[in-house]
Amino acid sequence: MSTLTVTHDGRPAQFAVPRRRAPKPSAIARTVLILLFVLASLFPFYWIVITSVKTNSDLARGTHSLLPTSFSWSAYKADFAQYDYWRNVLNSAIVALSTTVITIVVGSAAGYALARTKMRGRPVLLGFILVAGFFPVMAMVGPLFLTFTNIHVIDNFLTLIVSYLVYTLPIAIWFLANFFSQIPIEIEEAAVCDGLTRLRALFRVIVPVAMPGVLTAAILSFILAWNDFTFALSFMQTPSKYTAPLAINNLGHSQYQVFPNMIDAAVVVVTIPIALLVLAAQRRIVSGFTSGSTK
Amino acid sequence: MATIHEVRGVPDREIRPPGPQRTLLAQDRRLGYWLVTPAIVLLLAITAYPLVYNIWNSFRYVTPDNPVVNGKAAGLANYRRMFGQYSGFQTALLHTVIFTVVSVAIEVAVGLVLALALNKPFRGRGLVRAAVFIPWAVPTVVSAEVWKEMFDPQQGFVDYALKLLHLPGSTTSWLANTDTSWVALFVADAWKNTPFVAIILIGGLQVIPGEIYEAARIDGASAWRQFRRLTLPLLKPALMVALIFRTLSAFLVFDVVYIMSNGGPGTSTTTLAYLDFNDFHVNNDYGLGGALSLVLIVMCLLVAAAYTRIFRERS
Repeated sequence: MSTLTVTHDGRPAQFAVPRRRAPKPSAIARTVLILLFVLASLFPFYWIVITSVKTNSDLARGTHSLLPTSFSWSAYKADFAQYDYWRNVLNSAIVALSTTVITIVVGSAAGYALARTKMRGRPVLLGFILVAGFFPVMAMVGPLFLTFTNIHVIDNFLTLIVSYLVYTLPIAIWFLANFFSQIPIEIEEAAVCDGLTRLRALFRVIVPVAMPGVLTAAILSFILAWNDFTFALSFMQTPSKYTAPLAINNLGHSQYQVFPNMIDAAVVVVTIPIALLVLAAQRRIVSGFTSGSTK
Repeated sequence: MATIHEVRGVPDREIRPPGPQRTLLAQDRRLGYWLVTPAIVLLLAITAYPLVYNIWNSFRYVTPDNPVVNGKAAGLANYRRMFGQYSGFQTALLHTVIFTVVSVAIEVAVGLVLALALNKPFRGRGLVRAAVFIPWAVPTVVSAEVWKEMFDPQQGFVDYALKLLHLPGSTTSWLANTDTSWVALFVADAWKNTPFVAIILIGGLQVIPGEIYEAARIDGASAWRQFRRLTLPLLKPALMVALIFRTLSAFLVFDVVYIMSNGGPGTSTTTLAYLDFNDFHVNNDYGLGGALSLVLIVMCLLVAAAYTRIFRERS
């Protein structure tokens, strides 16, 4: 962004009003708008956090307040100790991380092949991957369930991981193919001239240079796999194998009563890693989604 | 998307060390095939195979609960039953269309405002962007549970806020009423997916060169005119991506409905994907479910084709 363009009042830069003057009404309106968006995004989380630390007796009284009315870890303790929620979080971590690793290995290989080799049929393959990316997965959950049932792989982490690839692989391949194609060819050339094989050059030279792109693809894959509900609901049957989102749907509901603090405690736990990831990688996420879609 | 085509222009002789031309080209190709095969095989296994298998199933009775007909050819019986009077298809289709139109309209309109607000640099922009992107990045179960609780008459915030502001409706049981449950669903869906639209549009805004605005300003174009004549047309590719993504996923909405309203009260928020889930997981009627799955896929294809067509004609 050149400094010329940031004059708020639309005058050419040399006539711009010095910045220290009272802010323009449009600037104030924009700030208020942004604050409203931030509030709308974060307030529900605040409400969930203060509910998650309420005691059961406080909830039974039905007190409403914008400020916390009681503080106790009892809902968290109940989730983790009584209902083994830690196991579900662990399941989610295993499944999401495995999906991410497979996506990166398989996706980098395919992305590299599409970007840097002279193989035939590249347009067809790229077209197929694009179509797979837009594939209406949610309409296919039932057929997938039936397929997995017939080959007896239902209620299995691997089934879940393979299914998530339908979300993660197409976007990772497109993104990585773009990324690889932007790495100067000379780097690879030099490595091959130094006597490395193509494959060695790929892993020793190209992948390290492509690390930022790989990391972005990994973050997006992790988020997609960590967040799934429908596949887990359809394919997992043993409660101890449930992923965290699936477990949340059953937590805190006894036969006669709902315990919002227990649901909210579980929600807070599953949200924290994602919130940290977004805070750390906001810029990468934007670039990940925009390359390949709007260029 | 152009970059992929640029990729094709990479002069491959630059990669190859000197040597017999033909074998090296063959080697290069073989490497490409080896590297791309795992991805293609995996994707075919989880898309094409179930799709073909499903087409086959939709013309058979696949009902383990009813062994008399199970496995027998059904002709078009599943399709006739699906479109028939008692299947709930018509109502679910109406619900799905309403949900798609309303939620996509809200998300694209608000997402555009959000993207414009967050595009210009300002102090703390990274932090603000992260804050508004978080709802998109959290699991749907989180957005659904969060808003289920916000709309809860006992523990929730919405009724409490209405009471504080002395507004009507402060005793509404949002998810227990046919009309108000839609409001809860729209809010939950918009809260989660508006940031996604904004992310795509911010990407679109970033590739618009700043100089053209300077030129427009020198010509005396107002801010509104700049938006109408420059920003909007140049944002069209990004808008199209956001629209297609959001429409297809809203059309197949399932999880938020399942968690928040369970398709109810009654069948008042039952969508097509919800109906499909019930065929497979409640009624164990895989032939009927297969027919519905196929119809859903065809509908999605038609929607995608319609969008592509509209945008191509306009530009």
